[in-house]
Amino acid sequence: MSTHLSTEPTVHTLSVLVENKPGVLARIAALFSRRGYNIHSLAVGPTEHPEMSRMTIVVDVEDSPLEQVTKQLNKLVEVIKIVELEPRDAVERELLLVKVRADADTRGQVLDAVQLFRAKVVDVAPDAVTIEVTGNSDKLSDCLRVLEPFGVRELVQSGIVAIGRGSRSITERTARPVAVPIPQLA
Amino acid sequence: MSEQGGTGGAAVTGAQSLVRSLECAGVKHIFGIPGGAILPAYDPLFDSSIRHILVRHEQGAGHAAQGYAVATGGVGVCMATSGPGATNLVTPLADAHMDSVPIVAITGQVGAASIGTDAFQEADIRGITMPITKHNFLVTDPDAIARTIAEAFYLSSTGRPGPVLVDIAKSALQAQTSFSWPSELVLPGYRPVTRPHSKQIREAARLVLESRRPVLYVGGGVIRARAAKELRVLAEMTGMPVVTTLMARGAFPDSHPQHLGMPGMHGTVAAVAALQKSDLIISLGARFDDRVTGNLDSFAPNARVVHADIDPAEIGKNRAVDVPIVGDAREVIADLVVALQAEQEAGNIGDYEGWVRFLAGVKQKYPVGYDAPSEGLSPQYVIERIGKVSGPESIYVAGVGQHQMWAAHFVGYENPNTWINSGGLGTMGFAVPAAMGAKVGKPDTTVWAIDGDGCFQMTNQELATCTIEGIPVKVAVINNESLGMVRQWQTLFYGGRYSSTDLQRGEQLRVPDFPKLAEAYGAVGLACDSPEDVDATIEKAMEIDDVPVVVDFRVHRDAMVWPMVAAGTSNDDIKYARDLAPEFDEDDL
Repeated sequence: MSTHLSTEPTVHTLSVLVENKPGVLARIAALFSRRGYNIHSLAVGPTEHPEMSRMTIVVDVEDSPLEQVTKQLNKLVEVIKIVELEPRDAVERELLLVKVRADADTRGQVLDAVQLFRAKVVDVAPDAVTIEVTGNSDKLSDCLRVLEPFGVRELVQSGIVAIGRGSRSITERTARPVAVPIPQLA
Repeated sequence: MSEQGGTGGAAVTGAQSLVRSLECAGVKHIFGIPGGAILPAYDPLFDSSIRHILVRHEQGAGHAAQGYAVATGGVGVCMATSGPGATNLVTPLADAHMDSVPIVAITGQVGAASIGTDAFQEADIRGITMPITKHNFLVTDPDAIARTIAEAFYLSSTGRPGPVLVDIAKSALQAQTSFSWPSELVLPGYRPVTRPHSKQIREAARLVLESRRPVLYVGGGVIRARAAKELRVLAEMTGMPVVTTLMARGAFPDSHPQHLGMPGMHGTVAAVAALQKSDLIISLGARFDDRVTGNLDSFAPNARVVHADIDPAEIGKNRAVDVPIVGDAREVIADLVVALQAEQEAGNIGDYEGWVRFLAGVKQKYPVGYDAPSEGLSPQYVIERIGKVSGPESIYVAGVGQHQMWAAHFVGYENPNTWINSGGLGTMGFAVPAAMGAKVGKPDTTVWAIDGDGCFQMTNQELATCTIEGIPVKVAVINNESLGMVRQWQTLFYGGRYSSTDLQRGEQLRVPDFPKLAEAYGAVGLACDSPEDVDATIEKAMEIDDVPVVVDFRVHRDAMVWPMVAAGTSNDDIKYARDLAPEFDEDDL
């Protein structure tokens, strides 16, 4: 996973509204795999509407144009809506949990770094602390760079979740799906 | 979601709900084979108005559903049990997906409690078929059966048509539920655009008038959209030349002077030249398949492109587009006619005279033809005669290979839905079961399967179905005792080293003996190996109308499909015959 996503022009953040049905994630993963599209990260979770889930997919479109990616995604029956979130018009966040070596000698310096990045210590052991950091990719990689000299024992990172700035909601127009009358067959 | 009868629907089993749903969806025929997991459905099916045709292999059921769908313009239905029954449907589903054929496949699944336990005859058919269906469902709730079936038929038949699979757990079929057929469907992510944008139509009309070398590149979408009539109006009012792809044969009459035939790897020189040298390609329901474009970088280098398709993802996928139009082919063509009519009334008419004259010259100089062998039977001649004797009202179904290309060129098509073949997937063995399905859908029409001897051996078990169920198809086996198309490539590109393409052992004994095999299936078996007997043999086959007929046409094996653009090369390098490149007199342009 790249840690400098926002600086690369071939990388795009897509917010994808899908029906909350079993198998949707498999369909999307299979589509990306089959068509050779490159996923940087994928995060999925519930929305304010229980019948919908929202995925934030960071896709690298160096080899296939973004238009094809979104069109193919849109063909999936359970994909309701796709919006590309421009970095300057959206808030992007990732979560990093990192276990850093910290004994009595170094713990103070580690805690300084935690303060500097407005991070949190979520667990303490005699020789390590576990730190929670949220932010965009740049902040997370900066934080990691500062922590690395102490010794990173383990880290886990979420995919990006993103939301557009301002008061508009991408779910509002799709909240009430239109029913289509069943066609009369001859 | 509103449903007729609300929650107080009739108390039934899930299986009864399924069969009643299929009846409500208008199903008249199902091709299938029962088995453990789907067995509950076969009990109410026994009493249903739907005719179930018991096939011999599930692949046959799937291709029969395809043939039925194409011949009738409706939705074909196939049914199979879980596990191997379902996996045997994989090839037809992939085939239908590639060629946009509306079929619905119903499969039984192990009971809901056993799903995921590697139970007997369990296969994750929903997972397996995700990339080869338009959509698919796994139903474990008996209350969801009616709604899911309604959705499946709607999805399959609307927008860009395609296969939809409904996998139903045995426990859901056995459970009690209440049946009510929905009157509305909620599919928030499915809104196919059929009405073209008027601005795009105007822009397309402008390009049509500006161009000097336009060509109507007609694909299978025109047939699926039932737009043959509209296409003819558009072509005749403008005088633009027409090419029809392998999937569109029959969308425009072969006898029409504006028709240049099929483009592509084995296309006519005129059709290939029309695309290659055009300044405007008007693509209608076609998808710039690699078998049409050849090497993409050198395809039609001077052409602007109007690309109309109901599937937005096809537009711009392979070839950059100047005017994209998302819409149903029939509506697009009808709107183009209106727009161009208005222009004509204002005195704006395209000038294509030099272009039309040039292409007419190419067509005359390089007609589709073949050299009759000095001895033996020419496969092209056989196919040409079948087309002539049986006529353009018959339905022709092909397998995949040389005989398919010859059937595309030499039969002569005048009507849509009279040519059925496996275009995108290229499924050998398609012909016999698809012909069976077509004959069920059009019982009063003569249906010929034009098959190769390699293809025929992949699915001929369905002759048993045809005999027992009273489906008198006619099968012409173009028997060159080899995998002819592969052999042709070995001749051209592998120095004549015929690795694993000989289907016989070089002795007099033919294995199998096709006429005897036909008789074993209760069909009539005929054989023909000389040109003098071809017409009489075809006529004899035409006279038999109560049982299937298999004619073993023993043709010479060195015939090749020409013209040809070698795989991966440019359409500019088309060969009219071996080592013979056409010469174009381009002074007219």
